Amino acid sequence: MLFTQMTFQAALPEYILAVVALGLVLMAAFTGESLGSRRLVKMIALLGYGFAFATTFILPSESQVIFLGLFKIDGFLVYMKGLVLIGAFFACWMVDEDWSDGVEKPEYQVLMMLATLGMLLMISANDLISLFMGLELQSLPLYVIAAMNTRSLKSSEAGLKYFLLGALSSGMLLYGASLIYGFSGSTQFGEIASSIAQNGASSGMIIGVVFLLSGLAFKVSAAPFHMWTPDVYEGAPTPVTALFAIAPKVAAIALLLNVTHFVFADIRLEWMQVIIALSVASMAVGAFGAIMQKDLKRMMAYSSIAHMGYALAGLAAGTQQGAAGVMIYMTTYIFMGAGTFSIILMMRRDGLPVQKLSDLAGLSSTHPYWAFGLMVFMFSMAGIPPLAGFFAKWYVFLAAVNAGLIPLAIIGVLTSVIGAFYYLRIIKLMYFEDVDQPLDTNAPTENIIILSVSLIVTILFLFIIGPLREWTYFAATNFPISGAL
Amino acid sequence: MLSSWPILSIVTFLPLIGVLFILLASGNNKSSEHNCKMLAIWVSSFTFIVSLILYFGFDTTMAGYQFEEQVEWIAGSGISYHLGVDGISMPFILLSTFLTPLSILASWHSIKNRVREFMIAFLVLETMMVGMFASLDMMMFYLFFEGVLIPMFLIIGIWGGPRRVYAAFKFFLYTLAGSVLMLVGIMVMYLQAGTTDIPVLSDFNFPPELQYWLFIGFFASFAVKVPMWPVHTWLPDAHVEAPTAGSMILAGVLLKMGGYGFIRFSLPMFPDASVYFAPFIFVLSVVAIIYTSLVALAQSDMKKLIAYSSVAHMGFVTIGIFTLNEQGITGAMFQMISHGLVSAALFFCVGIVYDRLHTREIDAYGGVADVMPNYAVFFMIMMLASVGLPGTSGFVGEILVLVGAYKASSLVAFFAATGLVLGATYMLWLYRRVVFGRAEKGEVIRMPVLNNREITILVPLTIFIVWFGIYPAPLLDVLNPVVALISEAVSNTQMATANLQ
Repeated sequence: MLFTQMTFQAALPEYILAVVALGLVLMAAFTGESLGSRRLVKMIALLGYGFAFATTFILPSESQVIFLGLFKIDGFLVYMKGLVLIGAFFACWMVDEDWSDGVEKPEYQVLMMLATLGMLLMISANDLISLFMGLELQSLPLYVIAAMNTRSLKSSEAGLKYFLLGALSSGMLLYGASLIYGFSGSTQFGEIASSIAQNGASSGMIIGVVFLLSGLAFKVSAAPFHMWTPDVYEGAPTPVTALFAIAPKVAAIALLLNVTHFVFADIRLEWMQVIIALSVASMAVGAFGAIMQKDLKRMMAYSSIAHMGYALAGLAAGTQQGAAGVMIYMTTYIFMGAGTFSIILMMRRDGLPVQKLSDLAGLSSTHPYWAFGLMVFMFSMAGIPPLAGFFAKWYVFLAAVNAGLIPLAIIGVLTSVIGAFYYLRIIKLMYFEDVDQPLDTNAPTENIIILSVSLIVTILFLFIIGPLREWTYFAATNFPISGAL
Repeated sequence: MLSSWPILSIVTFLPLIGVLFILLASGNNKSSEHNCKMLAIWVSSFTFIVSLILYFGFDTTMAGYQFEEQVEWIAGSGISYHLGVDGISMPFILLSTFLTPLSILASWHSIKNRVREFMIAFLVLETMMVGMFASLDMMMFYLFFEGVLIPMFLIIGIWGGPRRVYAAFKFFLYTLAGSVLMLVGIMVMYLQAGTTDIPVLSDFNFPPELQYWLFIGFFASFAVKVPMWPVHTWLPDAHVEAPTAGSMILAGVLLKMGGYGFIRFSLPMFPDASVYFAPFIFVLSVVAIIYTSLVALAQSDMKKLIAYSSVAHMGFVTIGIFTLNEQGITGAMFQMISHGLVSAALFFCVGIVYDRLHTREIDAYGGVADVMPNYAVFFMIMMLASVGLPGTSGFVGEILVLVGAYKASSLVAFFAATGLVLGATYMLWLYRRVVFGRAEKGEVIRMPVLNNREITILVPLTIFIVWFGIYPAPLLDVLNPVVALISEAVSNTQMATANLQ
């Protein structure tokens, strides 16, 4: 039987998102762009994310493979799906209906939900074919919404750039997948893994893995496949940037973890080198690239490249401990990103969004709460204890050190010092400088709530790190990879 | 029963409760600013009084940890919430809680904008400082050690002088760069020992080759904090730009974190490496003493001069610690406490005249004794204590360090003693140029005498400086058992190494 109660239950969030997204397509065709209909569409979308998130709690936590081996679910995947859904919920909620940032068309919500569905599917992928389908379902809507603001040249440019480079990376990924299929005789993850276990990895297989990893590295925007990130972050409408910064990275890194730690667990010495190189390059590019930026969204793009570098350092360890470290890292990343972007979205002058760093000057005297929030997120991203970002870095680098990658950890912490420079610069602008032109003071309740929630999680992370560590370490035992916890 | 109370947690987190109250003080007018100040001073004074329990309840015959508290924090990972004090950390906690209310009082009128935020930053800073000295878990120690950067960065950057942004960034990035290397060291130790508990790690014998690397990691962090030559350059900038209260805490407590770290971590955990690297530290310290003393001679800015003198004094501390014998370590500890009081007082003395004339240029003054005789007396006591005159606390520390240094190496003792002469030179010269002579400049003549607030700050500092100089026993009694334990452990290693060779 293809559809049983088990298969229904295991893919519940995906069903919900698919049904809601299709329903919204129908609705959007009739309701138009009025404020009321936008509000309704957003409300339904939020309910969809909320329900989908709620169902992650009843998903099975032991490993199950369904749909003829195309779809897998286990504790780790459920955790990552939960994170993606939280991120998507925040990204959807923090966009006020009154703002006209180019995303006022109801299709925006539909596309965003389809992209989220794609993210969930690619997290659960257990086959090269479902992997590619999930990935493309995620990417295609994102290409469109990056170019959604038709009044802005930069937005169109961002969409086009993202599409072209994305297509290239998909091509690389497909080529890698075809090589892997050719040298293992199957597209299914389990069979590829057992083929490697039996016959070892031929050089054709290794080349395939490298291509596959390159394609995925593009999705997590790891250097040297990061070129699209600053332009897309800057050009895309800010709500879209917020989504980019929060959800897809989590899904892509989950997929990367799943592929490396599950399918290619036996040849980890081969892919580890690739990941180490990606990690070092990302940390360096992120740290140095951000220094000279004048645009806040562009700076956040480099910041996210650096964050991916740190997350990859945990991945490079190639252990369950490393996987757990990445899970903790992405958890803090979601909240810091959501909080930061809820503030960036509120930064407006006369109702129009502003995104220059200099617009933050003197924020602490006009908007003390925003400034305090942004300060906490910046210190946290810089990895200063006792904030969340510190614990995230601690667990990924701990895994790296445990795997013998001490030089990687040292490079990592040193680039984090360089990174601290540009995070401090934002604090300097807000607190040490005088206000030039004050920003608007009206703040939507949603954004303030998201800001507050993220702030609480970031500051009080030291109280939840204990249970979170146990949870992630347990979830990471799903990976058939050796290495002590 | 008082002993069943978590005194250390109370002392650590009491200031944070004050922060909550300050947040509740509403309005932005004069009265709420005044309320914030009053709240801050009361909370910090109360914290000091509570911390006195630590002193009076302290058992000076014991070398181990007292007032211990341990609660599970990150379950199953060997990282716990563990507080406790011994003879090394207890004096520093008292120093922190003692200096904080004085610093808040010192900034009563000189902080004019964002008073509420200033008081919050200061109370958070106090929690971080006390927590750092009270931590018996590496993870917690690191949390507080780094957490100090956040309020201090803001204090320098928001309320500092004209080049405050540069100074704040330099302070932050220098310290962070050192600390992250220690963080990697902590990770390695954690993975070796399976816990971050400091008492356990102190007894854990790390293999000597590993010790060398760990020592370097920790050294990077503490050397920046102390600061040792050549990574001291953040200090003059930070001191000059920080507001008076910031300088007082920076010189009084934050510089001691490095010395404390060496005694708490480097010596007991890496004894082989400590023996191995001691000559290297001696060289850096001697260079620091002589070089920064000469630099201090050439300064025209009072704060900068005292900042450089701090580097020189901390050079004595590092020499004392790495003599690895009882006298040296006791002397270093004593010197740190004494320097904490003296340098805070000196920076406050500079602050007093700065508030009146708004310049720190030495040449702008002269003849202050004519206009402010009380001030001249206080300043003289502080200056002489800084020079190390017998009868002041500065003397006890320096003589013990020199005795210890002589036992370790007469050459080091010789160079260190040279530093004493240089120290006397620049301090006396500073004093002559500022205080003596005839008051000719109009602004100097119009300077008002010390007010009650300023005297309230100076008197307790003076009492302790003279008291410890004449009767150092209360402090020495606290230090002796634990210092004996540490130096014995290190000298055992020393002997074992010698026997091997």
